[in-house]
Amino acid sequence: MIDLAFMGDTAQALLKGLPLTLELFGVSALAGLVLAVLIAWMRSGGRVLRGLAGAYVFVFRGTPLLVQLFLVYYGLSQFPEVRHSFAWPFLRDPFWCAVLTLSLNTGAYTSEIIRGALAAVPAGQVEAARACGMPAALLFRRIIAPVALRQALPSYATELILMTKATSLASIVTLKETMFVAARINSETYRAIEVFLCAGAIYLALNVVLARAIALLEWWLSPHLRRPPDALPGLDTPLDRAVGLEGPRLSGAPRP
Amino acid sequence: MTDLALFGFGPAGWGAAMVRATAMTLAVTVTSMLIGAAGGAAVATAKLSGSRALRAAGDAYTTVLRGVPELLVIYLVYFGGSAVVTAVAAALGFEGFLGMPSFLAGSLACGLTSAAYQAEVYRGAALAVPRGQMEAARALGMGAGLRFRRILAPQILAVALPGLGNVWQLGLKESALISVTGLVELLRQSQIGAGSTHQPFSFYIAAGVLYLALTTGSTLLFGRAEWRLTRSTRRP
Repeated sequence: MIDLAFMGDTAQALLKGLPLTLELFGVSALAGLVLAVLIAWMRSGGRVLRGLAGAYVFVFRGTPLLVQLFLVYYGLSQFPEVRHSFAWPFLRDPFWCAVLTLSLNTGAYTSEIIRGALAAVPAGQVEAARACGMPAALLFRRIIAPVALRQALPSYATELILMTKATSLASIVTLKETMFVAARINSETYRAIEVFLCAGAIYLALNVVLARAIALLEWWLSPHLRRPPDALPGLDTPLDRAVGLEGPRLSGAPRP
Repeated sequence: MTDLALFGFGPAGWGAAMVRATAMTLAVTVTSMLIGAAGGAAVATAKLSGSRALRAAGDAYTTVLRGVPELLVIYLVYFGGSAVVTAVAAALGFEGFLGMPSFLAGSLACGLTSAAYQAEVYRGAALAVPRGQMEAARALGMGAGLRFRRILAPQILAVALPGLGNVWQLGLKESALISVTGLVELLRQSQIGAGSTHQPFSFYIAAGVLYLALTTGSTLLFGRAEWRLTRSTRRP
C-alpha cells in the first residue's frame, strides 16, 4: 500500500537536501568545465603537455568515481604532510573533497567532448578563414567556436546528467544532500520502496529539466537547421490568404 | 609511505584478497551485463514494436533508469528487495528480518540500469540493418527465428559492439557502488584493508590500479572482437 501522507512528508524532507545537491552540481560542473578547457588546450600542445593531459584523462576515465572520492577523502589523510599543510582545512571537509573529485572526474570526460568537437570542425572552413586573412582570435570566435559548440552540446548534456547522478555519491562521505536524506529516512522507517521512489522522482525531474534546457539552447543555437516557417510564428493563417493575395502562394512550398 | 609488501601474497599480505575481490568485481559485472542484455533486448523490442503502449513503456523505462542515480537503484533493489523478502517470509510463517543476498541485489540493480543503456544500443543497431534484407529473407520464406539468427543478430552484434563496450565500461565502474551492500568486491575489500591497516591511500590506489587494469584490458578485448566481427564489412 502506498501511504500518500508518508510520501508527502518524505518528499518535503528530501527537498531540504536538494539545495546541497544543486550546489555540488553547479560548483563542480563549472570547475570541471574550466579544467576541461585547460586539458583540451594541453592536448593540442607540446609532447610533455599532451602526455600529461592524456595520462590524466586515462586515469580518471578508467577508474570508478567512488574510488576517486575515497582516495581524496580518506586516502590523503594517510600522509602527515597533507594533514599539516595549508590545504588540510579544505581536504578535511567532505564538501570540498566531493567538489574536487567531481570536478576532476567531469573535467576528464568533458575534455574529451571538447576535443572531439574541435576535431569535427571541417579543416576546409579553417583553411578558408585563414586564406581570407582572419587572425587567430577571430577565426576561433567566428568559425571554430560556433561549429564546435553545436557539436559538443548533445554529449555535454549527457555528461551533465551523469553529473547530477554522480552528486549522489557525496552521501557516502556524509554530505547531507538528497540521497543522504533518503538513506537516513530509509534506515529510520524501513520503507525503502516509498522513500527511494520519492528520491528517484526528484532526480528524474531535475534531469528532465536539465535535458529540456539544453535541448532548448541547442534549438536556439541552430536556426540554420530548423525548417523554414510556413507563416509568421503565431499565425495559423498563411500570409497570402491573410492579406487576400491571389496568384502565387507565398507559403507552403519548400524553399530551395 | 606506500608499502609494496602490504600487497604480498604471503599470510600477512593482502595480495590474494585483492585478487579475489577483483574476480568478484568481474563476476558481478558479467552477471549484471547478462541481466542487462536480456532486459535490454526486451526493452529494445518494445521500443521498436508497432504497439503504442509498448513503445511508451519502453521509452519510460529507458528515461527513468538513465535519469536516476545508479546508487538509488542499488538502494531500492537492496532495501526494497529485502522488505519484499521479509514480507514473503512473514506470510510463510518466518519471523524477523531477512536480507536480500548482496550479490543478487547488486547484479540485479546494475543489470536494470545496464538494460536501459543496452536497449538504446540494440535499438540503434537494429535500425541500421537495411529493411530490404529483411524483406528479401521474408520473400525467401525464412521464418522469424531463422531471420533473427541469420540476418538480424549477426549484423546487430557487429554494429552494437562498440556501444556494448561502452556499457561494459560503465558497468565495471558502476560495480564499485555495489560495495554499499557489503558485497566484498574490489572497493569493499580495499575499505576493509584500509580500515585494518590505517593505510587508506595505499589501498585505494591499489584499487584504482586494478580497476584501470580491468578497464584497459577490456578495451583491448573489445577492440579485437570488433575487428573480428567486422571482417565482412572492413575495407581490405
